[in-house]
Amino acid sequence: MAEPLAVYIHWPFCVSKCPYCDFNSHVRETVDPARWTRALLSDLDHAAELAPEREIVSIFFGGGTPSLMPPESVAALIRRVRALWRIAPSVEITLEANPNSAERERFRGYREAGVNRLSLGVQALDDEDLKRLGRRHDKREALAAIDAAREVFARYSFDLIYARAGQSEGAWRRELEGALPLARDHLSLYQLTLEPGTRFAALAAAGALSLPDEEHAAALYELTQETLGAAGLPAYEISNHARPGAECRHNLAYWRYEDYVGIGPGAEGRITRSGAKVATRQTRSPEHWLSAVEAAGTGLNETFALSREEATLEMLMMGLRLAEGIARPAFERVAGCDIEALFGSPLRTLCDGGFLALDNERLVATDAGRERLDAVLAALLVKTRFSSRGCGSSEARRSPPRLLPARL
Amino acid sequence: MTPLSRIRNFAIIAHIDHGKSTLADRLIEACGGLEAREMREQVLDSMELERERGITIKAQTVRLHYRAKDGEDYVLNLVDTPGHVDFSYEVNRSLAACEGSILVVDASQGVEAQTLANVYQAIEAGHEIVPVLNKIDLPAAEPLRVKEQIEEVVGLDAKDALLVSAKTGLNVGSVLEALVQRLPAPVGDGNAPLKALLVDSWYDPYLGVVILVRVRDGVLKSGEKIRLMATGAVHTVERVGVFTPKPSSAPALGPGEIGFITAGIKAVADCRVGDTITADRRPASAPLPGFKPVQPVVFCGLFPTDAADYERLRESLAKLRLNDASFRYEPETSAALGFGFRCGFLGLLHLEIIEERLRREFDLDLVATAPSVVYRVHLRDGEVMTLHNPVDMPDPVTIDHIEEPWIRATIFVPDAYLGGVLALCEERRGRQVDLTYAGNRAMLIYRLPLNEVVFDFHDRLKSVSRGYASFDYQLDGYEEGALVLMNILVNGESVDALSLIVHRDEAERRGRALCERLKDLIPRQLFQVAIQAAIGGRIIARETVKALRKDVLAKCYGGDVTRKRKLLEKQKEGKKRMRQFGKVEIPQSAFIAALKMGEE
Repeated sequence: MAEPLAVYIHWPFCVSKCPYCDFNSHVRETVDPARWTRALLSDLDHAAELAPEREIVSIFFGGGTPSLMPPESVAALIRRVRALWRIAPSVEITLEANPNSAERERFRGYREAGVNRLSLGVQALDDEDLKRLGRRHDKREALAAIDAAREVFARYSFDLIYARAGQSEGAWRRELEGALPLARDHLSLYQLTLEPGTRFAALAAAGALSLPDEEHAAALYELTQETLGAAGLPAYEISNHARPGAECRHNLAYWRYEDYVGIGPGAEGRITRSGAKVATRQTRSPEHWLSAVEAAGTGLNETFALSREEATLEMLMMGLRLAEGIARPAFERVAGCDIEALFGSPLRTLCDGGFLALDNERLVATDAGRERLDAVLAALLVKTRFSSRGCGSSEARRSPPRLLPARL
Repeated sequence: MTPLSRIRNFAIIAHIDHGKSTLADRLIEACGGLEAREMREQVLDSMELERERGITIKAQTVRLHYRAKDGEDYVLNLVDTPGHVDFSYEVNRSLAACEGSILVVDASQGVEAQTLANVYQAIEAGHEIVPVLNKIDLPAAEPLRVKEQIEEVVGLDAKDALLVSAKTGLNVGSVLEALVQRLPAPVGDGNAPLKALLVDSWYDPYLGVVILVRVRDGVLKSGEKIRLMATGAVHTVERVGVFTPKPSSAPALGPGEIGFITAGIKAVADCRVGDTITADRRPASAPLPGFKPVQPVVFCGLFPTDAADYERLRESLAKLRLNDASFRYEPETSAALGFGFRCGFLGLLHLEIIEERLRREFDLDLVATAPSVVYRVHLRDGEVMTLHNPVDMPDPVTIDHIEEPWIRATIFVPDAYLGGVLALCEERRGRQVDLTYAGNRAMLIYRLPLNEVVFDFHDRLKSVSRGYASFDYQLDGYEEGALVLMNILVNGESVDALSLIVHRDEAERRGRALCERLKDLIPRQLFQVAIQAAIGGRIIARETVKALRKDVLAKCYGGDVTRKRKLLEKQKEGKKRMRQFGKVEIPQSAFIAALKMGEE
């Protein structure tokens, strides 16, 4: 059976830049969709050479604002994926969309093109907060877009941002309770964080914006977990909630550290070749990316094999975000040794403290562990030492390296 | 060689900033020791630090040629002395090389604490003293009042005090003339066996060890075999010379003369200050009276902020010690701060200077533990141990009592600030010995435990007196004290670098301050962190760093992996400088910051 592969396609343009967003998104007066589609198609061809003979489990159109793409471009790209690889019968094809009325009118076109899942960037169900978040839609449009998504697509999800300036627990609870009946089986709920280089970060540095402190943010996070759990949409990842079985297949590929190719400006890929993970990265600036593809057929500007240590770190930081954690065999394949041998006493301390749980099948971050995952990762890795041959914690006894004759 | 009757050897003593170095500059200039283009301010203070802080650290000498009003040519040997109490042993040996002193007093400020301390040393050394009122050109100068003060407070006859402005050069000639007229000529016998006092020594990168000498009897020539009487070591004199102030060769040094020799000696530590140099072939029967060897009185640990600098710190300390045998160091390992050195100093200023030279000249970033004095711990079994590192404190049940060093402090302070200074001295367990007035200034004599002085006393004194108080001290014996070892515990484990020996009544205040400081410096951890101050098993202060509640990236998708992994790698790298306390890892930087805050 062919190895599964997920395909990510990045559309880097937005109508306006939101003040919290640090994604690779850009505002341009005019974009030539035909020229951009040709370039993305060409980059897809190149990706198929890097990762041939796979079965496609997911295609994801992200951005930027991919709902600014003409449906025929989306159709052409999906057709090309189908031509290049074998497609799994259950393939998930997601497109991110904004709830503006102009984009809503294209929903049916996207469905015709093959999209079977829509992810809406609603962000808030409060007009004042939507304005503060720099969004171009209001609550009424958001509700209309959700209605349309429900009507057009078998699967849809929407995003909300919480821990906004001045947001009380009561206000967020009411907003969540208003959102739940609108959701079918999937919701993404993100804590608003200050990302370097964004306008919100500059405002906060100048003292003009103050977000909830750690204690308040924790209360909002815990309230989110309880409310969604009670409603039958438990968190399957830090910020993602779904009815069991309705998880986003595409994002699961990232968190399970499965292979994916990244198409379009700034996109990253991870492809297993000859047993090692190869990382790919595309040129970030849209214009540079476009000219690179037109000159060389691809916008890739970096392709390098990850060391065992790098791959293990990536798998850990992604996998522990999931409620299901990391399966032992998958971990051992990447790390080259078993979990206990690699982490030593910090692992025991974190398990005893109730932040991690390890059984015969998997390593899991508990609810408490996921809420503090960055600190858990740092504490777990404290004594971890990788060597080119095998691995172990610094406290594990080392056997001397076996000397091999220079020539056999 | 100069006939004895034409030689005058003198030192200049003064309180800091009263114009000692400027007067020396003028005297050198007036005698043509340096060309105008070679002159610069404070020509004898060769270290950058000396010039910047207006203090003299190393003694310097210069030979001046002066034609007096009687028409004769005289050789005047100026021995410059440090003004600060920490270097009083250097003052001592400088004075021993001379027959007289110029006492410089600022004509507007009057007598200050160091004036007094230095004058008493000069009187003890049997010096003829010439009082000079400097800065006479200032509008605020009050020569009459200051003369009175010299007579009342110091007890010197000031009627013939010279009125001088070293800055403008006014009356500098009268100083030179007074030296010839009022100081005695040295005495000595050129035919007797060689006897020369080893005044000082230092390392010169070109010449090796240079020895400053004062010849009493006999003649010192190059090529001669000399013997250092204390150690018995024999060396051949390579070069003989004098400072003008540039080093210049001389054929020989006779009785009464001051100059330098080099003799192929490798280390300054081999030359004991106060030793007697004699001829190996015809040695003197008895050495000159020497000096008490100096003992460090203040200790602290010095650690590199970056562990990678340890080797460089070791080399830098060795280099500094080449020229300063009075400071000591030995390797020390701290669980909280890593590898460093336990260093002993003559006083707080000495500590500050060494620390600052390490930072500046050797470009090292350092952290210093709280200064400690030398305690005498009397054990129940009758044994007495000396202790200068809190971590060496024996089990309290074995201790009978502890003695701590006391000082006798002299403080001059304007009336208006007397109240604040008295309160400070009382707060620091001081005992008043005397309080007298000289005009509108009070002279306070207090006995204080040294341990109360090494902890921010100078800063507090400066702030309660707005900088107008002057302070000097001498060690004044040991007394039993209610001293306890206070440990700072993090999750039940002691942080060695923060341990302190304190008076029982002070322990709680200091302990609480340290715990509060650490609470702000230790970042939240997955587990709660308990910070405690303890005396033995008794907890006297406690703070808690609450456990981390939320710390996770909200979003992490395919395009974020590389960037987030690099963050994690950086974090992992940073963890190398963590110290484990129970279940948590505390960054070393928190302890470094706690100690650095103590300096401010």
